[in-house]
Amino acid sequence: MSEAHSNNLAHHFETMEQQKQASSLGMWLFLVQEVMFFGGLFLGYVVYRSMYHDAFIAGSHLLNVKLGAFNTVVLIGSSLTIAFSVRAGQLGRNRQILGWLAATLVLGAVFLGVKGVEYAHKYHEHLMPGPHFHYDAAQHSAGAHVDTEAVDPHKVELFVSFYFAMTGLHATHMIIGIGLIVWLMVKAARRRFSSDYYAPVEVFGLYWHFVDIVWIFLFPLLYLIGRH
Amino acid sequence: MNLLSILPVSASAYAQQVDALYLFLVGMSVFFLVLIGVLITIFSLKYRRRSAGEVPAKTRSHYQLEIMWTVIPLILVMVLFFWGARLFVRYSMPPNDAVEILVTGKQWMWKIQHPDGRREINNLHIPVDQAVKLTMTSEDVIHSFYVPAFRVKADVLPGRYTTLWFRPTEVGRYHLFCAEYCGTEHSLMGGLVYVMSKADFEVWQKADGGAAGVGQLSPAAAGEALFKAKGCAACHTETPAALAPSLHGMFGHTVKLNDGTEVTADENYLHESIINSQAKIVEGFLPIMPVFQGLLTEEEIQQLIAYIKSLTADKGEGS
Amino acid sequence: MSETQATTVNETNYLNASSTLRSWLLTVDHKRIGILYLVTLTGFLLIGGIAAGLIRLELINASGRFFSHETYNKIFTAHGVVMIFFFLLPSIPAVFGNFLIPIMIGARDLAFPRLNLASWYIFVIGGVFGLSALVLGGVDTGWTFYTPYSSTYANSHVILTALGIFVAGFSSILTGINFIVTIHKMRAPGMTWFRLPLFVWAHYATSIVIVLGTPVIAITILLVACERLFHLGIFDPALGGDPVLFQHLFWFYSHPAVYIMVLPGMGVMSELIAAFSRKRIFGYTVVAMSSMAIAIIGFFVWGHHMFVSSQSIYAGLVFSFLSFLVAIPSAVKVFNWTATLYKGSISFKTPMVYALGFIGLFTVGGLTGLFLATAAVDVHVHDTYFVVAHFHYVMIGGAMMEFLGALHFWWPKMIGKMYPERVSRAGSILLFIAFNLTFFPQFILGYMGMPRRYHVYPPEFQLLHRMSSLGAGLLFISFAVVFGSLLWSLVKGKKAPANPWPAKGLEWETSSPPPTFNFDRIPEVTEEAYAYETLFGDEPGPTS
Repeated sequence: MSEAHSNNLAHHFETMEQQKQASSLGMWLFLVQEVMFFGGLFLGYVVYRSMYHDAFIAGSHLLNVKLGAFNTVVLIGSSLTIAFSVRAGQLGRNRQILGWLAATLVLGAVFLGVKGVEYAHKYHEHLMPGPHFHYDAAQHSAGAHVDTEAVDPHKVELFVSFYFAMTGLHATHMIIGIGLIVWLMVKAARRRFSSDYYAPVEVFGLYWHFVDIVWIFLFPLLYLIGRH
Repeated sequence: MNLLSILPVSASAYAQQVDALYLFLVGMSVFFLVLIGVLITIFSLKYRRRSAGEVPAKTRSHYQLEIMWTVIPLILVMVLFFWGARLFVRYSMPPNDAVEILVTGKQWMWKIQHPDGRREINNLHIPVDQAVKLTMTSEDVIHSFYVPAFRVKADVLPGRYTTLWFRPTEVGRYHLFCAEYCGTEHSLMGGLVYVMSKADFEVWQKADGGAAGVGQLSPAAAGEALFKAKGCAACHTETPAALAPSLHGMFGHTVKLNDGTEVTADENYLHESIINSQAKIVEGFLPIMPVFQGLLTEEEIQQLIAYIKSLTADKGEGS
Repeated sequence: MSETQATTVNETNYLNASSTLRSWLLTVDHKRIGILYLVTLTGFLLIGGIAAGLIRLELINASGRFFSHETYNKIFTAHGVVMIFFFLLPSIPAVFGNFLIPIMIGARDLAFPRLNLASWYIFVIGGVFGLSALVLGGVDTGWTFYTPYSSTYANSHVILTALGIFVAGFSSILTGINFIVTIHKMRAPGMTWFRLPLFVWAHYATSIVIVLGTPVIAITILLVACERLFHLGIFDPALGGDPVLFQHLFWFYSHPAVYIMVLPGMGVMSELIAAFSRKRIFGYTVVAMSSMAIAIIGFFVWGHHMFVSSQSIYAGLVFSFLSFLVAIPSAVKVFNWTATLYKGSISFKTPMVYALGFIGLFTVGGLTGLFLATAAVDVHVHDTYFVVAHFHYVMIGGAMMEFLGALHFWWPKMIGKMYPERVSRAGSILLFIAFNLTFFPQFILGYMGMPRRYHVYPPEFQLLHRMSSLGAGLLFISFAVVFGSLLWSLVKGKKAPANPWPAKGLEWETSSPPPTFNFDRIPEVTEEAYAYETLFGDEPGPTS
């Protein structure tokens, strides 16, 4: 192991321990800035939701809960697979790291595929914000317990704007994550990791969990609350 | 204006109060600046390096000194805070005798409607010693109504009403500026505020303002005409079987809504209920009113609101 | 430690270790990256400065003479965007923080050297976006991008500029993360938190503000771009969106951003005052903690930009109160710096002239900040030249003066050459005079009621505007002197010794310029920062 040790210790660190602590502190700080990044959007959502309560409830009926729930399960599953891959990293097993990363990649791709299907539906139903936006209460929000006839279509458009901004930003993070998975898979395939050096996998795991957690907040906020 | 004076003309009692606070701040700043400047000069001369190898004694910490120069500024700024806050709060409450003038900002002009229906663009004529309250909105971007001589300013936003008030005490002509950057001709968006003696103002009022048609009606009367022309009167009748709530005595009072919540029927509520009638329905009524967004100008909406307000004034406070 | 100025200069240093373009563009050496930033930022400073010159040129005449309204608006926007996002925000941290933090704490590099290089590339990409917006015809929203003007009404290159700011913001964030991790994890043995130079403390506080604040402007400006690109109507009043929400989000970042610009300058200030008075900073702990206090309280005062925005008056009162509180730690710093001079051994080298100038200008900037925190006075001077003067005193008088002070102080260390002392000192004094001539009249203009961002203005303001323009002309001359003498020294400057001043601090114990890995052996720190009594040996100097 001493060979891997010297290969993977960057010139400016004294010990592997110092290097590992630095990368994990770095990722936590990055996640702090991510919280602030999404925080601005969440704040806006909360403010508008309290201002335009009924329209936002009508808006949430535009979304397909089944697809959303399916995606939630997929994403939680991917959190499990990435955790397994970090565990494999601790044990220094490159093949297992590779396998679990591949599983995470597939689950991430499934999530994005389903998201794409949802976006396509919105497009066909003229629910993209902009000049072609058309909200038809009877058609779109059947079953809502608020008076959907009474809501202002503009406010529903506002809800849809938030839907696309928040899920779009989340999906962008997923796409970046998938790119990073591919990079880690290449490293694992070249057997670069060892029980001394698996910080990239661990740190990426933190990122992936964070992206999951964002979805765990988005799903109820956008799809569920307001639907009893 | 005297070019060497550091204060602009002031044309209201409030302006003089702001100036007093300002001068206090200037005095305090000069004191601290001179204090720091003198200390630096003395130290620089007295302790300038005399030989290359000179090494002064070690710095000792001195906590009494640290506490002193934390606490004294703290006390000073608290004085400033309360002084400024008192003026600020007073300035935010228009007096009851204020005359209400409607202002609409638009790239790049100010449109003004007087209570008697007289209209102006970019200029504002008002009598001296009369409190004036401006109720303002914008048709496009954010503007800001600024009269330096009164030391007042308020942003003018699309989709909501903001207010500003002043009581001019000096006859004269004063600058009116737009202070919030609003696009290409931002720097041209302004004109003059004419503060006139009572007599002059009456003459001005009687003279032909130049505006024709609806401009000659008071905003409330113009609003009443609109109320009929746009078909509002068909449902907002005063009968028990009316399809829409009675507007008599509504303004300024609490209204119960369909979803059980309550709102105060102020300018912002009425504005919202006209352009987007479905948002907040009065309890017991159906959302049948058409949406007027894009069909009425901001000035027309202001006239309608003036009319609705007048219905409350007629009925008195008895409702 | 070493009392004699180390004359043994290493033959190979970080500058001459390799000389290909590739070795510069792919370097992961924090010192070279600092130099890359210095070159890039000087370019942006020049662009922003030219825009400033054009503004002052146009305002010589009350009715405007050279430009259309639209062009004028684009020029002041270019000035604001370039100066704030592409010069001042990165300035001291990206150049001097990068170069010095690892050396000052006794490390071989920042914690993430490749990320550091990536930050520079990201910054350059952001800059290319910003500049291409400028070249394609500019943007006319003002650097504040207020909605709905920016999102719906402006017909200029808002999207490109917004993306540029967004991308450059990520460069800042990554640099901030890098600094925090480095300061936490890379300190040499014996370098405890309270032995850190105040420069490092200031950068620690700055980095926290960067990491917590920058993402908020990133998302906000991204939403403005999305509103234009995809019609997401989050700030669109026509949909019920709230343009004031934009202002809250914008100032939640952009007020702390002032501290991103000024805190590093305060850090430089502490180094300069200590070095040229040969004394430990008076109240070291208080000064270090006041940086942290400014960073934290600074996040809760954004609403003082919005006293007249239709924000509730109660919110206005709270923000007014908190804004007064944030003034206290700044005042405490000024008093501590002044007290450091007491019984010192003061020398007036160029960096010290900048430092003393900073105290004066920053004090004016800070005191006029009190005017703006006073709600009733702010209502009158908000969006007037008073505000313009105030923030130029803080940002140019504060951040810019310290950028130049730092540049002269560490120039021998970074470049290995001495700048010409007399010319540079003359330049710094001229700069101080020209600055005051430019911006002091603007305080008076502002209280007289002259609104900012006005292309044409009433003739009674012309005299003061002309004074200001005259000062701007002098400022150009003084900048030419300052940068000219530095450039001259690149070629003709005397070779710098390891510790020319002499000053304390680990950066002065390595050679000038330092070797690629900073230290041949990681030093062990045995004394507190600024132990000037041991400057010429372990024996304390003569007591006075």
